[in-house]
Amino acid sequence: MSVLVYTESEDGKFKKTAYEVASYARGIADMLSTTVTAVTFNADETDSLGAYGVDKVYRINNDKLKNFNAKAYATALQQAAQKEDAKVVVLSSSANAKYLAPLVAVDLEAGYASNAVALPDSVSPFKVKRTAFTNKAFNFTEINTAVKIVGLSKNAFGLKEAEGTANAEDFSPELKDSDFNVNVESVDKAKDKVTIADAEIVVSGGRGLKGPENWGMIEEMADILGAATACSKPVSDMGWRPHSEHVGQTGKPVAANLYIAVGISGAIQHLAGINSSKVKVVINNDPEAPFFKAADYGVVGDAFEIVPKLNEKLREFKANNS
Amino acid sequence: MKILVCISHVPDTTSKINFTDNNTAFDTNGVQFVINPNDEFGLTRAMWFKEKQGASVDVVNVGGPETEPTLRKALAIGADTAIRVNTPAVDGFQVAQELSKVAKDGNYDLIIAGRESIDYNGGMVPGMLATLIDASFVNTCINLEIEGNKATAIREIDGGKETVTASLPLVVGGQKGIVEESDLRIPNMRGIMMARKKPLNVVEPSGSATETKAVAFEKPAPKGAVKLVSPDNLDELINLLHNEAKAI
Repeated sequence: MSVLVYTESEDGKFKKTAYEVASYARGIADMLSTTVTAVTFNADETDSLGAYGVDKVYRINNDKLKNFNAKAYATALQQAAQKEDAKVVVLSSSANAKYLAPLVAVDLEAGYASNAVALPDSVSPFKVKRTAFTNKAFNFTEINTAVKIVGLSKNAFGLKEAEGTANAEDFSPELKDSDFNVNVESVDKAKDKVTIADAEIVVSGGRGLKGPENWGMIEEMADILGAATACSKPVSDMGWRPHSEHVGQTGKPVAANLYIAVGISGAIQHLAGINSSKVKVVINNDPEAPFFKAADYGVVGDAFEIVPKLNEKLREFKANNS
Repeated sequence: MKILVCISHVPDTTSKINFTDNNTAFDTNGVQFVINPNDEFGLTRAMWFKEKQGASVDVVNVGGPETEPTLRKALAIGADTAIRVNTPAVDGFQVAQELSKVAKDGNYDLIIAGRESIDYNGGMVPGMLATLIDASFVNTCINLEIEGNKATAIREIDGGKETVTASLPLVVGGQKGIVEESDLRIPNMRGIMMARKKPLNVVEPSGSATETKAVAFEKPAPKGAVKLVSPDNLDELINLLHNEAKAI
């Protein structure tokens, strides 16, 4: 028996979420008095998982799994879970993890709760708190199957360091040709840009910026803070910014440490999407904008005056504090 | 090409969310229900395949009679036939199983569902359905072309996109991008009149098992008041973000 955790990596390096899901899996394992086994795909430095409570690593190195492939990854996780007699399988809320989890759930005849925000309230019955109604509410979901699958919301649990050693062993899942029924032809990914999914800080612009030509100051702020850029729905609908930057109920969810909204009024659909962010700042010239009710800090005024000044001060701050 | 679009019946995006029965049930009082936005993008793409490539388009929902206006709206947008599996949707696995029976019976080439519903946000139905019927599966799909038996899709990934190919039958988890917001259709009077005459077949459930249960709901804790900083005192904002919020 164990808790199995899917730890994501890119170009061999673990993502921060890998350590977060490992920490979370450790928490569940403690509730069940059992151990944590991580499954890694073409990752280096698997020892580093020990510092987040992983006891054992199934290390998969397979060139066919170089590109993420949901079905093949699901097959691998299923075999690892069965070998370990895993009672709980933990994944993150990344696009790939959300693609993968339902397939693993069917393969293992396991109930799946996505978007979990805390350790289970109880393990018998297995009850976990998750977001619902796109962050407008929470629900408590009971999973009634022998094996449980939990998807952890980003930044909901944080990193918990532990003392221990992760013993790695090679694991070679048996993959069939039919596991590769979806073929990746090309991947188009900006290498040097911070993604909304990974970002600690997100700087977001709305219609108040008046046009795509005014995004320079938003990009500048993102650059100073090492942040990702995002936008509201009207902005992506009008084609000022790409869809991939649209955050909100029908766009991407944001669960950053800091979300800075410039010229965004704060429609209910937008607020739903960014609600999981820890600290929210709004800059808007309309003191009645609904965003002021959702934000922690606000500046009422003209973004075209405030943002350049703020950027200058942030640059100074960064120079003195790094 | 036979297409099935799975339709979830969800509260309008502007709805205030409240609960009833001691926080164990969603309060539908005064709530307007709509086609789940992620499903509507997929339905609109299906209309394109119908008009350009001669596909037939069925829509399906798992739910009680209260969901029929939502299915009628899908018919008014242009779907040919609606199917309602007559049972409340309890969890994603049960819905996926009920859909898998409809999918097998109808022998569809392409099944489009939204990547997630905006009410429970489970995000599991398309993937489970694909696995249950042994079809290829592409999630978070933002572009879809079908040529003969082969699909080319673009999938949104964290920080970019990826082009994939797969053979039919295929299940797609759709979202905005599979069509643009401006492509969405508002049913016209003719569409609404025609929808009344189109078949809406009610089928009995196969009695699928559930694996999970939403036992209680909770609203987020009320938020404290915003701290306003003067535009002339931006140093204070940086100070607050650094020392109080510890966010920079």
